[in-house]
Amino acid sequence: MALPKNLKDEFTELVTHYPESRAGLIPALHRCQEDLGGWITPEIMEDLAEFFGIEPVEVYGVASFYPMFRLTPPGENVIKVCHNISCDLRGASDVLEKAKELTGADVHGTSADGKFTLEVVECQGCCSTAPMIDLNDQFHENLTLDELERLIGGCK
Amino acid sequence: MSNFETYLTSRMTGDDSHTLAAYKKNGGYATLERALKEMQPADVTEAVKASGLRGRGGAGFPTGLKWTFMPDPAKDPRKRYLAINADESEPGTCKDRVIMDEDPHGLLEGILLACYAMKCEASYIYVRGEYRHQYDRTAAAIVEAREAGLIGKNILGSGFDCEIHMHKGAGAYICGEETGMMESLEGKRGHPRPKPPFPAGFGLWGQPTTVNNVETIFNVPFIVDKGAEWYRTMGSESSPGNFLVGISGNVNKPGVYEAPLGTNAKELLEADHFAGGVPEGRKLKAWFTGGSSTGMMSADTIDVAMDHDSVKAAGTMLGTAAMIILDDSQCVVRAMQIIARFYDHESCGQCSQCREGCQWLHQIFKRIEDGQGRDGDIDLLTSIGNGMAPGKTICALADAAAIPAHMMVKHFRAELEEHIRDGGCKINKTGKYAPQSAPEPAEAQA
Ligand SMILES: Cc1cc2nc3c(=O)[nH]c(=O)nc-3n(C[C@H](O)[C@H](O)[C@H](O)COP(=O)(O)O)c2cc1C
Ligand code: SF4
Ligand code: FES
Repeated sequence: MALPKNLKDEFTELVTHYPESRAGLIPALHRCQEDLGGWITPEIMEDLAEFFGIEPVEVYGVASFYPMFRLTPPGENVIKVCHNISCDLRGASDVLEKAKELTGADVHGTSADGKFTLEVVECQGCCSTAPMIDLNDQFHENLTLDELERLIGGCK
Repeated sequence: MSNFETYLTSRMTGDDSHTLAAYKKNGGYATLERALKEMQPADVTEAVKASGLRGRGGAGFPTGLKWTFMPDPAKDPRKRYLAINADESEPGTCKDRVIMDEDPHGLLEGILLACYAMKCEASYIYVRGEYRHQYDRTAAAIVEAREAGLIGKNILGSGFDCEIHMHKGAGAYICGEETGMMESLEGKRGHPRPKPPFPAGFGLWGQPTTVNNVETIFNVPFIVDKGAEWYRTMGSESSPGNFLVGISGNVNKPGVYEAPLGTNAKELLEADHFAGGVPEGRKLKAWFTGGSSTGMMSADTIDVAMDHDSVKAAGTMLGTAAMIILDDSQCVVRAMQIIARFYDHESCGQCSQCREGCQWLHQIFKRIEDGQGRDGDIDLLTSIGNGMAPGKTICALADAAAIPAHMMVKHFRAELEEHIRDGGCKINKTGKYAPQSAPEPAEAQA
């Protein structure tokens, strides 16, 4: 079993919030992705299936439906650039071009050195503070190109 | 300066407005305490009904009336739930997050009052997965409230029991649709359910459920505290109260503003205490009234009262009241292409009209923007849109995708024709916005 004990304990408590345990699946996938390398491995899907008493294929069906779950390993840092309407109107294309240049990653790709994965995402609810990126699960809003450069420079 | 009473944002000052201490200093939870002591559940529903509060999640459905759809517990002893829609994923919309960030206890007090009114034993707050900060703030408020005896068993010694749980979504827009949300909460793919049955009869885990938006429920304590008559002094006859207007795009001061429903859109765009107008030297070219699905209108429609009926008379919907503003440096076809891409990406694929219609709309707008538009494309857009909506699909996402396409043909036909005739976009070839068309977002990896 790849599921560490602390997560198993956490999920045992989690399922008490719901009349049916399966409702804990999506929050549990989040916790696995957060703690276990930034993606959902096939092994984890099997463990979650066992924990929730469903088939692995059902876990896969859910994990693959939701854009936030990654089924392949990401680089060390993940940059998501919103390219929906409000961000586009305030220079998201420039942000994306600059992010490509600074990271050496292509859109939906990982840089050769494995340091950066670059993704384009839909509206993140930061429309009146656009443009924005999400860097390693944190929003950066009212983003300038200088700030972007500083943020990327500060990544390990 | 503004000359209207504000209440929604009245407590959102200082660094600690999200804490129980600050909330209590402002009289927080006193309304709940009074309601539990002095009011019957039906009195709370009656107050909300009399206020005329309409849902802030997009459809504007009367909230009090919705609550009465819940079956009579004397005849139907099943468990009952309140599901709070905090999925906030409609492009342009960024208002519910302000409530969760700045005044989460106000939301919790609203939830407790609503659960008391409808005799729900638990509420689930479905928060879009990307809203980590908002999730943490609200979760911390729940912990504080539980420690203070405001959530759980025998609340404030009244005998009323109520649990509030947080639940995280994972980036799918369709989970904002209320039945898609319920499927997602149950741990499944967010596939909307055919209706009927409606949530009040068959909701979460098949039990009676009411779904309300964050901002809707946030209004409730104010109504119960100050009364329906006070509430109706604000806003317009058929859309009472204030609302949160998110203004984004090409304006001097983008932001989320409180205003009475019925405030003129031109004022919201231009006034200094609102968005402060488009950048100097620019003119308004196009705008969305309330998120991407309300579609783009031409500049000459801006003089309209922002309430449900007035915006409807102007040919669209108030939606989430998220105004997106385009100035004359922008290409409306590019903007439309982004919207069409969004719906193509977000269709859950259950209904062929929606799945295929969204794909077609996206492809056609893309080829027009890229200079590959064909004669007949504009009529094709209209006929595809007609094939998608309304009422031909399981949920309203298909309408949400078709309406902007129809609005585009109605308001900006000349721009579409010009793109087709000239073989592409003049603005984006020379302008400062990206020369290439908007890139595709990743499909959920398969
Ligand atoms: C495709 C689609 C997406 C939706 N997204 C949201 C959303 O993110 N937040 C929301 O409150 N309502 C959303 N709605 C509306 C909900 O289905 C529902 O009407 C609303 O949450 C009811 O709350 P209210 O009556 O308080 O407005 C969406 C509807 C559709 C069709
Ligand atoms: S209308 Fe579209 S999003 Fe809604 S259920 Fe049908 S395919 Fe899914
Ligand atoms: S459009 Fe980028 S956050 Fe809404």
